Amino acid sequence: MQQPEPKRHVLARRDAIVAGLRGILPESGVIAEALRMKPYETDGLPAYRQMPLAVALPETTEQVAAVLKFLHREGVRVIPRGAGTSLSGGALPLEDAVVVGMMRMNRILEIDYADRCATVQAGVTNIGITNAVQAEGFFYAPDPSSQLACMIGGNVGMNSGGAHCLRYGVTANNLLGLRVVTIEGEIIDIGGHHLDAAGYDWLGLLTGSEGQLVMVTEVIVRILRGPEGARAMLAAFKSNEIAGQCVDSIISSGIIPVALEFMDRPAIHACEAFAHAGYPLDAEALLIIEVEGSVAEQDFLLGRIKEICSQFDPISLKVAESAEQSLAIWKGRKGAFGAVGRISPDYLCMDGTIPTGQLPLVLRRIGEMSDACGLKVANIFHAGDGNLHPLIMFDANDPASFATAEKFGADILRLCVEVGGCLTGEHGVGVEKRDLMPVQFSPDDLAQQRRIKDAFDPGWLLNPSKVFPLQAPHTLAIAA
Amino acid sequence: MQTNFTAEQLRDPGIATANKILRTCVHCGMCTATCPTFVLLGDELDSPRGRIYLIKDMLESGRGAPEEVVRHVDRCLSCLSCMTTCPSGVHYMHLVDQAREVIEQTYRRPWHDRAARALLAGLLPYPGRLRLAMIGASAARPLRGAVPGNSMLAKRLRAMLALAPKRLPGPSALSGVRTHKAEGDKRGRVALLAGCAQTVLDPEINDATIRLLTRLGIEVVVAEGAGCCGALAHHMGKHDPAMASARANIAAWLREADGAGLDAIVVNTSGCGTTVKDYGFMFRGEREQAQAERVAGLAMDVSEYLTKIGYAPTREPPGLTVAYHAACSLQHGQKITGEPKALLRKAGFRVVEPAEGHLCCGSAGTYNILQPDIAPRLRERKLDNLHRTKPDLVAAGNIGCITQLSGGGLTVVHSVQLLDWMAGGPVPQGVADVR
Repeated sequence: MQQPEPKRHVLARRDAIVAGLRGILPESGVIAEALRMKPYETDGLPAYRQMPLAVALPETTEQVAAVLKFLHREGVRVIPRGAGTSLSGGALPLEDAVVVGMMRMNRILEIDYADRCATVQAGVTNIGITNAVQAEGFFYAPDPSSQLACMIGGNVGMNSGGAHCLRYGVTANNLLGLRVVTIEGEIIDIGGHHLDAAGYDWLGLLTGSEGQLVMVTEVIVRILRGPEGARAMLAAFKSNEIAGQCVDSIISSGIIPVALEFMDRPAIHACEAFAHAGYPLDAEALLIIEVEGSVAEQDFLLGRIKEICSQFDPISLKVAESAEQSLAIWKGRKGAFGAVGRISPDYLCMDGTIPTGQLPLVLRRIGEMSDACGLKVANIFHAGDGNLHPLIMFDANDPASFATAEKFGADILRLCVEVGGCLTGEHGVGVEKRDLMPVQFSPDDLAQQRRIKDAFDPGWLLNPSKVFPLQAPHTLAIAA
Repeated sequence: MQTNFTAEQLRDPGIATANKILRTCVHCGMCTATCPTFVLLGDELDSPRGRIYLIKDMLESGRGAPEEVVRHVDRCLSCLSCMTTCPSGVHYMHLVDQAREVIEQTYRRPWHDRAARALLAGLLPYPGRLRLAMIGASAARPLRGAVPGNSMLAKRLRAMLALAPKRLPGPSALSGVRTHKAEGDKRGRVALLAGCAQTVLDPEINDATIRLLTRLGIEVVVAEGAGCCGALAHHMGKHDPAMASARANIAAWLREADGAGLDAIVVNTSGCGTTVKDYGFMFRGEREQAQAERVAGLAMDVSEYLTKIGYAPTREPPGLTVAYHAACSLQHGQKITGEPKALLRKAGFRVVEPAEGHLCCGSAGTYNILQPDIAPRLRERKLDNLHRTKPDLVAAGNIGCITQLSGGGLTVVHSVQLLDWMAGGPVPQGVADVR
């Protein structure tokens, strides 16, 4: 992993910078000893590691503002961090950067059932929002697989999705407002308890900006009334391609299930070992299809979906008979990434999107690439919206294996772009896909995007070295 | 996750085991969310993933334990909530136990810390000594507010005194080494782990277990030579005393198993149950490995055993709401979640569960004494969640939790006491008042 040159004057002033942080934060909020910084050197993509200059753990928006103001004055780079679950290395530090972790800002500030929204601090976990409102029958819709641990601030940064986004949209579609801090330390409120923030679509611009424009400290999310009921079904097929065709057929028939998830054979076996959900172990490919609504609606939709599945010579079709069964089915899917840890010491989780019609072709090509490079791949993804998550299995203790995995991953993402898709669905570009951006964008496109960052952060202090290829001439300070 | 051990390091069986555990971790971070200390302290270093990273670094360096690692490993409750959450099956318990051993062997703690640990390890596993100490502590309990200062030593002293019961119960009629005959037709024979601290703090728990089992036609033997399970020393990284305790138990129980026979070794203190069930691993590579595995295979929590043999109440439902407090050693350590609740329901109680049931109450063996800054915060959080369920009673399967949660405005009893009561036993103490 190539990193930009650290700023010598910042490294030289490390002690003064740490002392400055200690002046702003409580004692336990500044971590500067090498041994204790070590666990902050990486995130959910542990193949990339870099020790930071220091770690700061603020507890209030005001502290965040004071920290950023101070670091801005000192010309110090800042790495925002939530739960550190990023699969694209979004929270990977730099040698001369201070990691600003939001884990202590974990309070639910206000729940407004009348206007159906909740105001929460950036360090509240995704599931924490649903947990806080579910007694009243509400939920927060976007549900990344890491929703147990990942934090809403990070969700905004990466515009995270999840299995149920097929029906409810991604983070951007479920936000009403933000409190953000600029790199200069200014606190700005955007939006409120109502639809559509005033003025330009700042929410749209900031969501998915990967911590490069501002730091998010509070979020106002839309909460929704839960459905009357939901049921999941499992459809097992003889090959990835057939399952892919079936997905395409369901979507093009006009049915939008709440979720339509795909697992291939290695994924099925790994997840079954973890969740004991009753996944068919003889299948080559499995679809998890969930519908919701009244019992009559569920029955009608499941009937139609079963009819379509039947045209693809399924090995089995099984509808969950109880809420527990549905839960177990989802437990397997949500724990899928970790569960692959049971069959392989390490994995790279790719994240690309493709037009759903290209599924069969893309799955076949991934299979061919896997055979050619000799690394196994488990395919787990949101098939309904064409968001692929191939998990490439490798051995991190073998450098050659990692290099092959990286190349395999890059080839998959190139393929996604080639068939009309995109480099990232929901994990963000981070460092992982940084150098592939020119595959998707022309130099002009990239220059325009960089101008947006210039406008918010002319010194390129906020999470630099992510998203844009290092070789590209950054307009201002990063090159200076 | 990548590890960096040399081939020579990997020849050490301990390191080889640790390496295997570390390689299952994919650093996904799921465990952080359900870790009590991460939820409270909001620092990666006080999360399982952070600790795993610190431990990995410590073991790889081969330089022993530095203070920075000790601080964060000490803050781990060993509640094992992370193991319930982990999708990759990382055996955190074995890893952190090993880290504690390395710490014990290589790190010199401040004198008062060493003294506190030696005191606990020298008292708790020995009922006679503990009883004497408790009589003193109960007498000194009213003075706990007078312990001056904000040092760790002062805080620990206050915590110790606060945990002492107001009045120490006397030894019970059923205690001691003996065989309790089954009533009616004998259906089975079990050994009961009478335990150590529990016999002093609340002898009623063992009595209720013995009454209930014998009434159900089970012969119960408290075996000669069996005592503390070794967990206490084990979790403080004190390898030799832990193994000595376990060895004595293995010998005592196998004597019974090979003599009059044993269907199970019943454990009613889930913290101990987790350890006894792990004897096989503790004795890996040792001469007694096979015997240890046999004992581990026989060990059952009392709720497991009652579910197996069948339990039915004889009294009318009491019309009481019981909040079930899931002890971590039961729900995470032994993955027993449904049985105790099902038994309580069968006994005629309305069972409710608190929010955040997966979070530890802060008891965690000696944690409530050794970590007086964190444990009370977990206790308050747990009591708050329990109060919200508006229960008449709280039932738990572990003496540590019962002691920790007592005095918080709720009546806390062992589940087995309620089961015994509904099957013809006496009303548990404290329960009479809430009826």
